[in-house]
Amino acid sequence: MTAAADMHIGDSTTTDAVPMLEVQDLVKMFPVREHRGFRSVQRFVQAVSGVSFSVPPGTALGLVGESGSGKSTVGWCVLQLLKPTGGSVRFEGRELIGMPRKELRKLRREFQMVFQDPYASLDPRMTVGAAIAEPLQIHKVPGDQDARVEELLELVGLSPDHARRFPHEFSGGQRQRVGIARALALDPKLLVLDEPVSALDVSIQAGVMNLLEDLQGELGLSYLFIAHDLAVVRHVSDSVAVMYLGKIMEVGPADQIYSKPAHPYTQALLSAAPSPDPVSERERRRVVLQGEVPSPINPPSGCRFRTRCPKAESKCAEEEPLLIERGTGHPVACHFPETIFVDQGAPVSFQPSDR
Amino acid sequence: MTDPAFEVCDLHVPFPSHGGKVQAVRGVSFAVQSGQLLGIVGESGSGKSVTVLAAMGLLPESAIVTGEVKVGGVDLLKGTKKQWQAARGRKIAMIFQDPLSALNPTHRIGAQVAEMIRSHQNVSKQAAAARAVDLLDLVGIPQPKDRARQYPHEFSGGMRQRVMIAMAIANDPDVLIADEPTTALDVTVQAQILEVIQNIQKQTGAAVVFITHDLGVVARIADEVQVMYAGRPVERGDVHSIFDHPSHPYTRGLMGSMPGLGNDRLVPIPGAPPNMLHPPSGCAFRVRCPHSVPDCAVGLPDLRPFGDIETACIRAEELAVKVEVS
Repeated sequence: MTAAADMHIGDSTTTDAVPMLEVQDLVKMFPVREHRGFRSVQRFVQAVSGVSFSVPPGTALGLVGESGSGKSTVGWCVLQLLKPTGGSVRFEGRELIGMPRKELRKLRREFQMVFQDPYASLDPRMTVGAAIAEPLQIHKVPGDQDARVEELLELVGLSPDHARRFPHEFSGGQRQRVGIARALALDPKLLVLDEPVSALDVSIQAGVMNLLEDLQGELGLSYLFIAHDLAVVRHVSDSVAVMYLGKIMEVGPADQIYSKPAHPYTQALLSAAPSPDPVSERERRRVVLQGEVPSPINPPSGCRFRTRCPKAESKCAEEEPLLIERGTGHPVACHFPETIFVDQGAPVSFQPSDR
Repeated sequence: MTDPAFEVCDLHVPFPSHGGKVQAVRGVSFAVQSGQLLGIVGESGSGKSVTVLAAMGLLPESAIVTGEVKVGGVDLLKGTKKQWQAARGRKIAMIFQDPLSALNPTHRIGAQVAEMIRSHQNVSKQAAAARAVDLLDLVGIPQPKDRARQYPHEFSGGMRQRVMIAMAIANDPDVLIADEPTTALDVTVQAQILEVIQNIQKQTGAAVVFITHDLGVVARIADEVQVMYAGRPVERGDVHSIFDHPSHPYTRGLMGSMPGLGNDRLVPIPGAPPNMLHPPSGCAFRVRCPHSVPDCAVGLPDLRPFGDIETACIRAEELAVKVEVS
């Protein structure tokens, strides 16, 4: 979408401007009690284990992963809706972790969230207008609130007289537009979008994705876009981080991740995702991963993907691969990275790329 | 040509409600040969699930089902409840989207599969238990003997779906219906389950009806595709032909709104699906269709042959020319 994103992915030191969002070594562990007969043992679900990334102003970072990868937990930790166990979350250079509550509350208007299910996040007894105006009241924004609500409704492609209606009168796509209007009410700089279109039918989803794209251009927003659908993430994001079991496996510009994935997990994800083309779907050789995601309470030693990786060797169990550049053009957390060139999910020839 | 293994003719399913009749299915017909996989695609509310639930006789009493549902040439809708019960599970079986709610949490997995066998076949408990373990092995569950002694909560989502498939094929049915079996699963697990279904079909030669909203899944596994909108089929044909040259504006709209084919701007379908209490007259898609003309409002368009596929669009010929020009 924006050219700025292509250059400084995951490498904030070379960026001149302060990143909108910078996350370093983020850790989130949830305590659980495990019962062993009469004894109960304190264990920890390691939902996020040392995740770092940055979002330059005006760009979109897509966070992809399967269920249990910790992608949503990252989003919640970024907004301080969950208290991270460790690490650092900086918004425009200011550390959010440990910030006094009053100060944090004031700053919250700068970063907002769009949830997956707008029906659950909207009060059914509140008109849509009142729901959108609520953040304005909480933050005591001066000016004509009704006019602002109308303006917001128009911005997201709804009509001003929708303000008097209730959430149940809207379709799924319209409700998600209300959720977006509400998130935009306070003029934020950063939106964290957690699976914003996964509950919608494709024909409706396309409209909401176009809206998100337009809003980013019009308002200069930065996005942290969390989703499991690879195609959706590709469409919206400038750069993409692939998560597995609480860690980032690979991060880079979106077109590189999709056309030249270097991590075996990214390759498997791309090859598993169905694409609407019967010819390539039947011809391409598919890496079907065996087994399932291990428990985050007791993750594998070394590389967390090694138990399902077709290339795993003894080194992978002994030494954790760091997320660094390994001659693949972008950082990848694998001891044996190997770039394959893909075209719409189907491995083709080894062509030199234009980058 | 032999009789199709499974045939649905002119199926109508209205549900009485406070505001009138919800016309969920309004004239659906299709036929599947043994060894073939028919993919039925549609968005929420298109009537795809109601169609197969009606075919399985699993709708509530309030639903008024008319038409024909033929398995091996026998119309189940004309039969008694008992006949239907005998056919269900034995001749025609179903895989559901949510395996956790379809499995009994208090019984061991092996026992549930064995029960399915014993309810249709006169075999000993031991034989059924042994067959259950074989079935679990067939659908790719590791250590099937140990896993058979476990409970549903000890299985992951993908493993539970494998159990559902094992139960569905326990009695070697001629027809297998899968209603969004991979929608709740992650893509890597979805790829595994699709492989299992394809392997099972090859081994048993069953006719499979696969319901999904995902065009990508259809492109991967279907032989034939039927696209549904507002309770009616709008297009049907060989999977390659449908994806290569879709004739119906709705099918084209669906493809245009799918992300992932390059970074072009998506083209959403304007408007929302119709209220099935009062579906629009004529072609239900006309109110959202960029190509609609007054004639579209007249009469319910049926599927008719168009090139190598069948279409319900009355303007298919003109539109095909238009697309070629542009």
